Amino acid sequence: MKTCLVVDDSKVIRKVARHILETLEFDVREAADGREALDACLADAPDVILLDWNMPVMSGMDFLRALKEAGLPQRPKVVFCTTENGMAYIRAAIEAGADEYVMKPFDRETLESKLQIVGVA
Amino acid sequence: MIGRETPSAGAMQLIGSLLEQRTGQQIAANRAWRIETALKPLLREHGLASVDALVGRLIASRTGELADKVVDVLLNQETSFFRDGAVLEHLVQAAQAMQEEGPGRRLRIWSAGCSTGQEPLSLAMLLAERADAFAMPPEIVASDVSPAAIARARAGRYSQFEIQRGLPVRRMVQWFDATGAGEWVAKPDLVRRIQFRRHNLTADAPPPGRFDIILCRNVMLYFSPALRRQVFDELAGAIRPGGLLVLGAGETVIGLTERFIPSQAFRGMYVAIDAAAPLAAIA
Ligand SMILES: C[S@@+](CC[C@H](N)C(=O)[O-])C[C@H]1O[C@@H](n2cnc3c(N)ncnc32)[C@H](O)[C@@H]1O
Ligand SMILES: [Mg+2]
Repeated sequence: MKTCLVVDDSKVIRKVARHILETLEFDVREAADGREALDACLADAPDVILLDWNMPVMSGMDFLRALKEAGLPQRPKVVFCTTENGMAYIRAAIEAGADEYVMKPFDRETLESKLQIVGVA
Repeated sequence: MIGRETPSAGAMQLIGSLLEQRTGQQIAANRAWRIETALKPLLREHGLASVDALVGRLIASRTGELADKVVDVLLNQETSFFRDGAVLEHLVQAAQAMQEEGPGRRLRIWSAGCSTGQEPLSLAMLLAERADAFAMPPEIVASDVSPAAIARARAGRYSQFEIQRGLPVRRMVQWFDATGAGEWVAKPDLVRRIQFRRHNLTADAPPPGRFDIILCRNVMLYFSPALRRQVFDELAGAIRPGGLLVLGAGETVIGLTERFIPSQAFRGMYVAIDAAAPLAAIA
């Protein structure tokens, strides 16, 4: 079973994502900001991270940089999942090392498709 | 529910035969319920209370316009970018091999039943990414029986949901522009690589000339075996001997035609046999 860490400050989004991911047979964990996510990754890295952009304490982008610096032996795949749908944001995310990008609102098919593209579904 | 009428068997039959006459698509019994759902917006648009009322209007109307619309909404146009992507990758490898055999030649590819364009656009992206392997950008003809689908394909405009199905984000930013209204539109440099046209596989002569590769994926699933045979013959006439036919993941030519055989070199594809010397080609 693959593991997915859902990082979002919205409890509702985490719940929706968890539900979809569980139907795709993922073992789901949650974090409410980048800091929590980083701790979770250092303790036990997931296969893939679904990452919100705007969050208190530590944003998605700051998390991504910190994750890179942490130099985990097996870096998890990172799929941004955000309402920042502009081209400039998407390009910045790719440059920072994101593997894929989901524009909210998303549905099951979108999530499944993107997880397939990064090779975890 | 008040005012909701179950369509009569006769009405359903007439709708079914209209679709089959126009496109070859048969409505399987287990998909019949979809007719009603699919027709609902059209009923509303024309102020019709039921499917039976629609059939009444169809029989009375002089122009074929309403019938065209009915056929259009009943067609299954399900598609996505890079559908069965591994096959498309193989196809590009096959095209490269063909180019090596005939350097300087311009390859020709036909995407028959291209729906709203995701299939030919995916192909165009892959081919553009290997541009140095081709003497000239291969010609891509993309066709569909549905005028609405072809119009959408030509516009290259996709909703946020459509653009995220199958399309890797790097390719999205390279080949599409955001409209700002939540839609994404294929760049002119991509769209101009494809010639879109309306074409009915069961009624129209194929586009002129011979193709090196034909894709006809997930189009004939609901054709009768006899009609499939007929269309395979048509496609055999439109492809050069040694050319490749690509079908959908669950489809085969086996038992339906002697004009194509499974390719040894490219799994999941079929090689067109020279009609004049079929046995020599098999051996
Ligand atoms: C399910 S879609 C498949 C699209 C694409 N080839 C793919 O595999 O994703 C089937 C398409 O075939 C078209 N089609 C159905 N009957 C056809 C016919 N007789 N001639 C040409 N196209 C047809 C439909 O309009 C629809 O767009
Ligand atoms: Mg947020």
